[in-house]
Amino acid sequence: MAEHRLLTQDFGTEGLQTLAVYQRRGGYQGLREAFRRFTPESLTAEVKESGLRGRGGAGFPTGTKWGFLPKDTFPRYLCCNADESEPGCFKDRLLIDENPHQLIEGLLIAAYALQVNIAFIYIRGEYHDQRLLLERCVAEARAAGLIGDNILGSGFNCDVIVHGGAGAYICGEETALIDSLEGLRGQPRLKPPFPAIKGLYGKPTVVNNVETLANLPHIVQRGGAWFKALGTEKSSGTRLFCCSGHINRPGTYEMEMGTPIGELLDEECGGVWKQRSLKAFQPGGGSMQVLLPEHLALPLDMDAVAQAGSSLGAGAMVFMDETTCLVNVSMRLVDFYQHESCGKCAPCREGTYFESDLMHRLEAGHLTRDELSTLTDICDNMNGKCFCPLGDTATWFVMSAYQAFKDEFEAHCGAGSCPVRAATAELVTA
Amino acid sequence: MPLAQATVREITALRDRYPHPRSAILPCLWAVQNELGYLTAEGMAEVASILDLAPSEVQAVSTFYSMYFDHPEGDHHVIVCINVSCGLRGADEIVEHVERRLGCPSGGTTADRRFTWESTVECLGACGGAPAMQVDHHFHENLTPERVDAILERLGSQPRPGDGNGAIAAPGAPAAERIEAPDAEDRPTPKPRTARSAPRKRPRPDASDL
Ligand SMILES: Cc1cc2nc3c(=O)[nH]c(=O)nc-3n(C[C@H](O)[C@H](O)[C@H](O)COP(=O)(O)O)c2cc1C
Ligand code: SF4
Ligand code: FES
Repeated sequence: MAEHRLLTQDFGTEGLQTLAVYQRRGGYQGLREAFRRFTPESLTAEVKESGLRGRGGAGFPTGTKWGFLPKDTFPRYLCCNADESEPGCFKDRLLIDENPHQLIEGLLIAAYALQVNIAFIYIRGEYHDQRLLLERCVAEARAAGLIGDNILGSGFNCDVIVHGGAGAYICGEETALIDSLEGLRGQPRLKPPFPAIKGLYGKPTVVNNVETLANLPHIVQRGGAWFKALGTEKSSGTRLFCCSGHINRPGTYEMEMGTPIGELLDEECGGVWKQRSLKAFQPGGGSMQVLLPEHLALPLDMDAVAQAGSSLGAGAMVFMDETTCLVNVSMRLVDFYQHESCGKCAPCREGTYFESDLMHRLEAGHLTRDELSTLTDICDNMNGKCFCPLGDTATWFVMSAYQAFKDEFEAHCGAGSCPVRAATAELVTA
Repeated sequence: MPLAQATVREITALRDRYPHPRSAILPCLWAVQNELGYLTAEGMAEVASILDLAPSEVQAVSTFYSMYFDHPEGDHHVIVCINVSCGLRGADEIVEHVERRLGCPSGGTTADRRFTWESTVECLGACGGAPAMQVDHHFHENLTPERVDAILERLGSQPRPGDGNGAIAAPGAPAAERIEAPDAEDRPTPKPRTARSAPRKRPRPDASDL
């Protein structure tokens, strides 16, 4: 198991963003085959068989999610979640930049399986150029009869609407995304009812991540069983890992599931930069718990990483070398959650504010040990008690870092400056 | 001042694109901001009337999202990411450099009103090219102080909107016609330069607000 290019196989092809080149590379064959070989039901069954799990963070089996839609309730809606704002994640942007039609084809295949006549792509406001690109591609596909009425003579109708957000991480949470799409402040809704039962405009709705959908043309063409054989038993296929931080070759690498994390670091990322050693890394994105060098042996498998107390989440890998101050990193993440808290529930709205205040004072070396102990208190009062996962995850990294690097946190207390910076000054200037 | 005819047409077309008109709020607000440079009360009221909503409903939505401006900003908008991946690769140095060069703190606008800049904890989705920033919605990655200088230099020496430069896109042109070529990223956006403004204050749950 190693790098395996499925979704990224055509990346770099000149003009791939145009319909002509995409079709020359076999594009929209998956959609044609879906119409020819599958009914909506058998297509859902094929996706179930493939073992495809959502790439948006939670890893829920896609076919199973589709199966939750109540029969005979129409209209239904499909939303592609392109709100990608998880710190450390940039794969969806790459998938759109490099091969936008692959996503649109996947979206149409899902729409056919779900019998949806209007599909949305909700893309974060910061991805301005990517939204314009998608709009151009949708127009091109519409003109070619791939979007609209009676697509490719199949009798199936589907329109695609590209919808730009305006700067709110929480709109990546599926019910907040739906609220935002309805023209409201993007705040999460109570679940249940789940979107599959009552989603957009109160109708059954499926929300799927960009990468999840981009897998579908390949699953249709090569078969669910083929896909299932790729990767590990419970994590099939490949995944795009967004690697950043203190490494020689930051970037996105598509890996077969099951490859050891250390191999991703050494072979693809070129190892830790400046010949330094690894201190810690964060898989999954800003929400997930810190892992240590000993965890490099873990396979890229959702369950294996979950057992180690973290998660593959949305496919980020942030590597930190020996000069990194974990208090500083935690502070940046806590600031992020404080900024992005939607304000709907008190534990998160207040808790992230206190967290951020404490972390800033700790980072500057002005916190007392007594005050440090309130950090744990605050996090305990948030984790599991917030209205949506944003508030819970706002505590995960900082708490895991506090546990793993207790000395480092305590050394900051009353130090007046960052002790890690002082201790590693020689390395940094070397 | 009423919105330009083209903007009104764009807003009407956006309304008709969705199963429910209200869904068009965010794109309609973008249309207003693209024309005026920020959201005016009158502009939001026009959106409300076209979407058949109360002006307060539109305003309440606008304040939730951090990318809409409620007052005029500089000609160019610079956002420097300071989240983890960028922080690990020198974002603080970039922030200091931008602050020194533009002579105003994060959230501020230069005296000549060419630039508004801010540092942000919102990861921009460019961590593989950290440290990164966006200028007028376009990505700039693998920044060094020298590269930042070159970018700001280029933008700062351009003819300004209102200086009679013909290169400005017609405000309110349909989005599909406004696709920029990658090298056109320094095209100035038309923004009114009216009253001076204080640094933008983002809504934030502050103990004193509660
Ligand atoms: C705070 C928060 C932010 C999220 N952001 C995203 C996101 O940016 N993109 C995404 O695909 N999923 C995001 N999710 C997960 C979505 O709620 C949802 O599970 C996902 O889009 C489902 O798609 P999938 O089944 O294809 O993974 C987020 C969840 C939470 C709680
Ligand atoms: S946990 Fe935070 S983001 Fe989620 S509903 Fe509560 S305030 Fe909003
Ligand atoms: S951390 Fe700066 S772009 Fe992601």
